Amino acid sequence: MKRILFLPYVAFIGLCLLNGHRGQAAEGKEKSVILSTTTSTQDSGLLDVLVPLFEKQTGYRVKTISVGTGQALALAAKGDADVALVHAPSLEKKYVAEGKLQNRRLVMYNDFVIIGPKNDPAKIKTAKNTGDALKRIQQSKSPFVSRGDNSGTHNLEKSLWKSAGTQPKGDWYIEAGQGMGATLGIANERNGYAITDRGTYLALRQRVTLPILVEGDKALLNVYSVMEVNPGNGPRVNTTGGKAFADFMVSPKTQDVIKSFGADKFGQPLFVPIAGKREEELGA
Amino acid sequence: MELIWNGILKAFELVFSGDAEVWSITWLSLQISGAATLISLLIGIPLGIVLAMTRFAGRSMTVAVINTGMGLPPVVVGLFISILFWRSGPFGFMELIYTTTAMIIAQVIIALPIVAGLTMASFQSLDPNLALQLFGIGASRLQVLWLLCNEARLPLLAAVMAGFGGVISEVGASMMVGGNIRGETRVLTTATVLETGKGNFDIAIALSLILLALAFALNSALTYIQQRDRIKWPSLS
Repeated sequence: MKRILFLPYVAFIGLCLLNGHRGQAAEGKEKSVILSTTTSTQDSGLLDVLVPLFEKQTGYRVKTISVGTGQALALAAKGDADVALVHAPSLEKKYVAEGKLQNRRLVMYNDFVIIGPKNDPAKIKTAKNTGDALKRIQQSKSPFVSRGDNSGTHNLEKSLWKSAGTQPKGDWYIEAGQGMGATLGIANERNGYAITDRGTYLALRQRVTLPILVEGDKALLNVYSVMEVNPGNGPRVNTTGGKAFADFMVSPKTQDVIKSFGADKFGQPLFVPIAGKREEELGA
Repeated sequence: MELIWNGILKAFELVFSGDAEVWSITWLSLQISGAATLISLLIGIPLGIVLAMTRFAGRSMTVAVINTGMGLPPVVVGLFISILFWRSGPFGFMELIYTTTAMIIAQVIIALPIVAGLTMASFQSLDPNLALQLFGIGASRLQVLWLLCNEARLPLLAAVMAGFGGVISEVGASMMVGGNIRGETRVLTTATVLETGKGNFDIAIALSLILLALAFALNSALTYIQQRDRIKWPSLS
């Protein structure tokens, strides 16, 4: 008796699962491209504009996975994504040198700014440059909130500390371990300093009252690149789809869209398109 | 305060203007968590009954595993399902990662121990003599099972609510195995995280309120069924 009941039971559960999948498989007939990217491209709303354009032009379906740059690159290196759009040049070059990612092309930049308490206890407003500003924060032991999540922003921050010749350590150095928005929230509540990309800062302007104290230094450029995934990384990498998306990002039409993006919402464009340029040519 | 008020206004605006994206996100949440709960019930109730009413080698071990699983952190489930279903993982060939199917699988793993554990507890609280009496008056095995289920229906409904409540509200596993892809795997909880990150706190509050309203509506329906014919306790005064 039990045995007779058991079979249709399992079949029914299997059907339930299949049914969930069928709708998707039908749609998935058009090939899909997995894009691993950073939270900032998604949170700024840029991808909500670009992805539909790409899908319309090529017929591909894009699955956008937005995580920290560290994880985005790791996913691509394992062959779990087809193309990567990230902003951590030193880390990117490491993956390219290892052959995991290839054909690195610059797409756009925006810039980082250092925000902090209005009364500026570390006096970074008068600092000579970014390195000097960080040194002053450390010497005055003013609270500083770091992303602490191996994201592109965190990597930039680490390299800035390094070039300032110091190691941040102590009670004043707070590691959030979260995205940019949450990190800014903590900085705001603790009245501390933080490094943020301008786009996220503008988007959170309602909630974050800390003013910009340092900006415009070339060291604070936030450069986004697109890279294709080496097909050798895994058995199911969609190489042509990944290349199509990378080509799309640097095409003149897309670059035009990037150029004006954000002007209506933030009063100023969020990104500067730079396809075809070399890193040395960039200036703030 | 102003923020919360704006969020409430935004919630009404989104719901009543029939915002297509919000509706499809809500509908998808219901479908995924509904399917996951259904599957958990189909597996978990028989499993709980077997565990409550039979003795076999390894039973106490299984019970311990289920009891631990009742508090399984969704992120842990998400991590392991991701590792298994990534293209580079052992089940990568199934191409399930970042699909609703993967999300349902993860949610079943979260809800199953809850349903099985609560079912087991509800059957163990029945009087064992009841089954003997039913057999005594000539009931068949299936009839006995049916009558016992009927007897345990109040705690069984609690199992349904706890299972559904557990999966509709979890975010860790859905984020990791679903990827929060717009129009495909974005559900109420992951959309709330995204909108918070974007600084759109009013939309985030609106999505949370929709989630709460949904959970409340379903639970009050089930509670009504559960409570409508409860025993009337004699007045103690």
